[in-house]
Parts: sequence; structure tokens; C-alpha cells
Amino acid sequence: MRWPPSDREALEPASHWVKPTSMCEEPWIWQCDRVIPNRADEGRRVQEEILQKLQQQHWIEGDLFGVRLAMEEALVNAIKHGNARDPSKQIRIACQLFRNRLRIEITDQGRGFDPAQVPDPTKPERLDCPCGRGIMLMRSFMSRVEFNELGNQVAMEKTRTRKT
Amino acid sequence: MTAYRHLAINEVEDVAVVHFRNRRIVEDLNIQELGQELFQLVETDQRKKLVLNFSSVDFLSSAALGKLITLDKKVKAHNGALRLCCIRSEIFEVFKITKLDRLFDIRKDEADALAAF
Repeated sequence: MRWPPSDREALEPASHWVKPTSMCEEPWIWQCDRVIPNRADEGRRVQEEILQKLQQQHWIEGDLFGVRLAMEEALVNAIKHGNARDPSKQIRIACQLFRNRLRIEITDQGRGFDPAQVPDPTKPERLDCPCGRGIMLMRSFMSRVEFNELGNQVAMEKTRTRKT
Repeated sequence: MTAYRHLAINEVEDVAVVHFRNRRIVEDLNIQELGQELFQLVETDQRKKLVLNFSSVDFLSSAALGKLITLDKKVKAHNGALRLCCIRSEIFEVFKITKLDRLFDIRKDEADALAAF
């Protein structure tokens, strides 16, 4: 890959690295693919739209909280760390909603990072350090979280909790 | 006394009980201001006993946790005490996952938090 990637390459749809089975075989209910300015309010607009779709499908409150939190953390990471708050950069949000599963991919135009290098924020000596808690919450509240090799794209999946 | 935009303060004897005006505490300009207001309570108003009542908060992200950790440090540095209460179950899960339930003294309701001083 050329370095740094051009804007177009950096925001290439995620499906080229995602295993095709996860995107293609199951029929989806709704999907969106948006490229937005590098701003939290723009990200939240798409976040609200996705949450509204989940509500319409009667996903439970706890799942809505988890998806809101994971998206919030991923968007803040993309805007602040990935795109380094650069207003000329963009974020791509791609989402597919299936009957029992939601998949969200968030891509920034940054240089990426290695998630394995993010320190454990729960170690007593690191409890007051701001790093790593967002990713930890994303992993806990979503069913699956994966980063691409470059580290400028996160793919998150949430399996719907059945009402008991 | 300082005026607060993001907080509502009730005085219960010598304890400041703090309610949040925002339903969602997330990363944006407001969170910096909210942090400043919390810190002012300790540094300017010299409050020693604080209860943060989360009954009106339905959502917070890791950015808010950072502010709470800093507040806890400031309270301890001023020989004060901080209690958290009325945290809804999903938010309590956030504290548990990040192991901050061990750092903060979290109580079920306000009466419990006040009784703990």
C-alpha cells in the first residue's frame, strides 16, 4: 500500500477486507453508507439514525445503550486520534442491519494504530490514564470488534439480545 | 457562590449533592465545561463532601469517566470524600468493566450515599 494512503483509498469500503459471508449471504433489513465531515455532531446524526432503526425493530434498551456507547467511542477515536481533529478529513460510516444482528464499520483517514499496543486501562497504576477505556468498552458491549491491518477502520457487530 | 450551567447543587447539611443537567455526558465542548464545574466545586467552593447523583443521566462515555477520575484525585488532594449514587444498570456496567467500581464509592441511592459520610 502507498503511504500515506490517498483519501479515496483510506475511505475504501470495508467489504474488501471483510469475509464476504458476513456481508452478503444474509438478507439485510436496512443499510447505509455515509461519508461525513470530521465532526462529532455529524457522527451523532448517523448514530441516531441507526439507533432509530434498531428501535423500530424493537431491539431492547440494553442493546441500544451498548450500540450507542460503542459508536460514540469509535467515532471519538476516529475524529480525535485517527483524523487528529483535522476539519479537512472525513469519516466513513457503513452499517448493515439484519434481523438479529447489526454491523457497523467506521473508517477514518488517519495513519492507523495497533490495537495490541493499547495498554490495559484497568491496571491499578493506569486507572487515571485516559487511554484504552473506549476500546475496552467497545469490545465489552459489542459481540465482535475487529480492526483492519492499517488500524484506521473498526468493524463492530452486535447480536440482538432476545427478549425473555 | 459559583453559578453552574451543567450542574444543579443541593445542599444537605455540609454535603453538596450534585445533579447533572445533561441526560447524556459525552465528548464535546460541554464535557470540558462540565469537568471545570466539577473541579470548581472542590477548588473554588472548597467543598469537602460531594455526592454525584446520576438519576437524570441515561448515558455516559469514557470521556466522562476521565473527568470523574480527575475529580476523585482533586477531592482526595483536598482531604474530601466523594460518593456516587443512583447509577442506572447499563452505566454501572461501564464502571464495572473498566474496574472503576473499585476506585469510586458507589451507593444505591442518595440516602445511602449521605449516610456513608
